[in-house]
Amino acid sequence: MGSRASSLLREEDIEEIKKETGFSHSQITRLYSRFHSLDKGENGALSREDFQRIPELAINPLGDRIINAFFPEGEDQVNFRGFMRTLAHFRPVEDNEKNKDLTSGEPLNSRTNKLHFAFQLYDLDRDDKISRDELLQVLRMMVGVNISDEQLGSIADRTIQEADTNGDMCISFSEFTKVLEKVDVEQKMSIRFLH
Amino acid sequence: MEGFWAVFFPVLRVWFTCLVVLIMLPAMFGISLGITETYMKILIKTLEWATHRIQRASRAEEILKHSASNGLIQRDNSSLEQEIEELRRDRPKSADHGDFTLSDVLYFTRRGIESIVEDDVTQRFTSEELVSWNLLTRTNNNFQYISLRLTVLWGVGVVVRYCILLPLRITLTAIGLSWLVIGTTMVGFLPNFRVKGWLSELVHLMCYRICARGLSATIHYHNKQNRPKRGGICVANHTSPIDVVILANDGCYAMVGQVHGGLMGVVQRAMERSCPHIWFERAEMKDRHLVTQRLRDHVNDKTKLPILIFPEGTCINNTSVMMFKKGSFEIGGTIYPVAIKYDPQFGDAFWNSSKYSMVSYLLRMMTSWAIVCNVWYLPPMAQKEGEDAVQFANRVKSTIAQQGGLVDLAWDGGLKRAKVKDSFKEQQQKKYSHMVVGDDSSD
Repeated sequence: MGSRASSLLREEDIEEIKKETGFSHSQITRLYSRFHSLDKGENGALSREDFQRIPELAINPLGDRIINAFFPEGEDQVNFRGFMRTLAHFRPVEDNEKNKDLTSGEPLNSRTNKLHFAFQLYDLDRDDKISRDELLQVLRMMVGVNISDEQLGSIADRTIQEADTNGDMCISFSEFTKVLEKVDVEQKMSIRFLH
Repeated sequence: MEGFWAVFFPVLRVWFTCLVVLIMLPAMFGISLGITETYMKILIKTLEWATHRIQRASRAEEILKHSASNGLIQRDNSSLEQEIEELRRDRPKSADHGDFTLSDVLYFTRRGIESIVEDDVTQRFTSEELVSWNLLTRTNNNFQYISLRLTVLWGVGVVVRYCILLPLRITLTAIGLSWLVIGTTMVGFLPNFRVKGWLSELVHLMCYRICARGLSATIHYHNKQNRPKRGGICVANHTSPIDVVILANDGCYAMVGQVHGGLMGVVQRAMERSCPHIWFERAEMKDRHLVTQRLRDHVNDKTKLPILIFPEGTCINNTSVMMFKKGSFEIGGTIYPVAIKYDPQFGDAFWNSSKYSMVSYLLRMMTSWAIVCNVWYLPPMAQKEGEDAVQFANRVKSTIAQQGGLVDLAWDGGLKRAKVKDSFKEQQQKKYSHMVVGDDSSD
C-alpha cells in the first residue's frame, strides 16, 4: 500500500510550524513530502547520509557545512520541525507582509537571521568568532587543491584585516554584518517558492 | 461441496473458452475485437467523473498545489561566475587578479539549500506524482477521503481489478510464456533457414501480443516507417522490464542481457534456440571488449535481427531521460532511437527496484487499470565526423527526450545506487578558484 505521507503530519503540527516559520499550509505539506522522500530509513528523522544522497548537494563544495547547519550541537538526527526551522531562514522577506500572525520577536527569515546563518557557516566551533584558522578551513573547502597554502593564507589575512575593527584578529558577528552591509542578503539568501 | 464443484467446472470451462476465443486467438493474429477499446472508454469516463467529484469537493487551492509538472521552487540557471560577480558588485574591482569576499559563501549556500528542497535527480527514482487521483490506493499520497460515492467506486474498482482482471491477466501471461517456450523449442528443431526465421518471428510476435493483452496494454505506434531494420541497433529510454514487451509487439529484436537461472533462464534458452539473441554470463559482462566485440559481430551480420539496448542501464521514472552509457554507441552500425512514454493515469509502469521485487512489481502491473503508452520511432542516426561516442550518445538522448516530452538530464542513472563522482565537486572548486586568484592560479 502506498504511504500516505501527508496524513502523518497532523493539523496541529502544521499550525505550529506555520506560526514558527511563516510558511503557508501548502508549502508545509509539500516540504513534508520532500522530507519524507529523503528519509530512506522511514524513522521520521534525517541523518547526514540522507542529505549526502542528493547528488547536487554532494558536489557542492560547502555541502558538508550546509548539512551541518541542520543539526543542532552534538546531534545526528534532525526531525521535521528542525528541518523547517532551518529552511525558514530562506523564506523570502516580502512574504512577511502576508503572514501577520507570527510569534513575537524576529522572524526566522529576517536579514539579521539570514546573516547569522551565513556567519555560522564560517564559525566551525560555534564560539561566535571567525578565527583565521576557521576562515582558512572554509576557504580550503571552496577552492579544493587549486590554490597553495601560502596564497590562501595571505587571502585569509587580508580578509580579516579588512573586516576586523577591534583588533582581536577575529571576525565577530557585528564586524561580519558590517562587511556585508551593501550586499542584498534578503534576495541572495532567499528561495522563491512557486505557490 | 459436491454441488460447488459441479458448478465450478463448467463455469471454468466456459470462462476458459471465452478467454481463448475472445482474447488469445485475436491477439495471436493481431486482430482487435474492440473489447479493450470499450473497456478503455468506460475507464476514461469513470476517471473523468471521479476527477470532477474530487475537484468539486475539495478546495481549489489543494488542486493547484498538485500540478505535477510544476516544481516547488523557482531556480536560476545563471553560472557560478555570474552569481559571484553580482555578489561582489559593490566592491572596488581589481581587473586581472581575482578577489575573495566573505559574501562568496552565499552563492554556494543558496544552491545547496535549493537542492535540498528540490533536486533534479532523486525525484527520478520514485514514481511520478499524479495531478488527480486515478482510484488506485497506491497513488493515494496526498488525497484524503472525499465522498461516499467515490469510496464505493474505489471499492468496486478493487473488486474488479483483483478478482476479475488479475486472474485473467495471470492466465494470459502464463499461456503467453508457455507458448513462447514451446513454440520456440519446436521451431528450433527445424533445419531450413529461411522458413525457420519467418516462423520464429511469428512465434515471438504471437507470444508478446498475448503478454501485452495480459497487461491490458494499449500501445500507439507512431512513424512506423522508421522501424529498426536488420543490422541496426535500437536504443530506447528505460522505464521498466515491460518496455521489452511493448517494443517487441511491433517488431522482432535480438535481446541483450545477462544469463539468468530459474524461469527466466528457461525462457532465455528457448528463445536462443529459434533465433540468435545475445546472452552474457555474469563474468563476461565485466570485459567490455568482449561485449563490444560480440555485439559488433551480431550487427555486422545483416541477416540477424536488430539489437535492442537500453543505454541508461537502469529504470527511470519516465519523466526524464538520464545519461546514455557510451558503450552502445561505440559498436558502429546505425542507431534507431525509440521514445517510449507511458500515460501514468491508468497505471504506473515504473519499476522501483529498490522498493519492489520483480514479482511484486508484476503483480502491481496486473492490478492496475491498464498500461497505456506511446511509442515513437525516430529516424535513424549515425555518428558524425569528428563526433566522439559521448557526444553522439548525448545527441541521440536529446532527440529521444524531445520526442517523448521528457526532461533531458546529464546525470547518470547509476546515481540511483552509487555515490556521485568527486570530479564534479572538483570542477566547481576549480571554477571558483579562478574567481579568487584571477588568472595566475598556482596549478
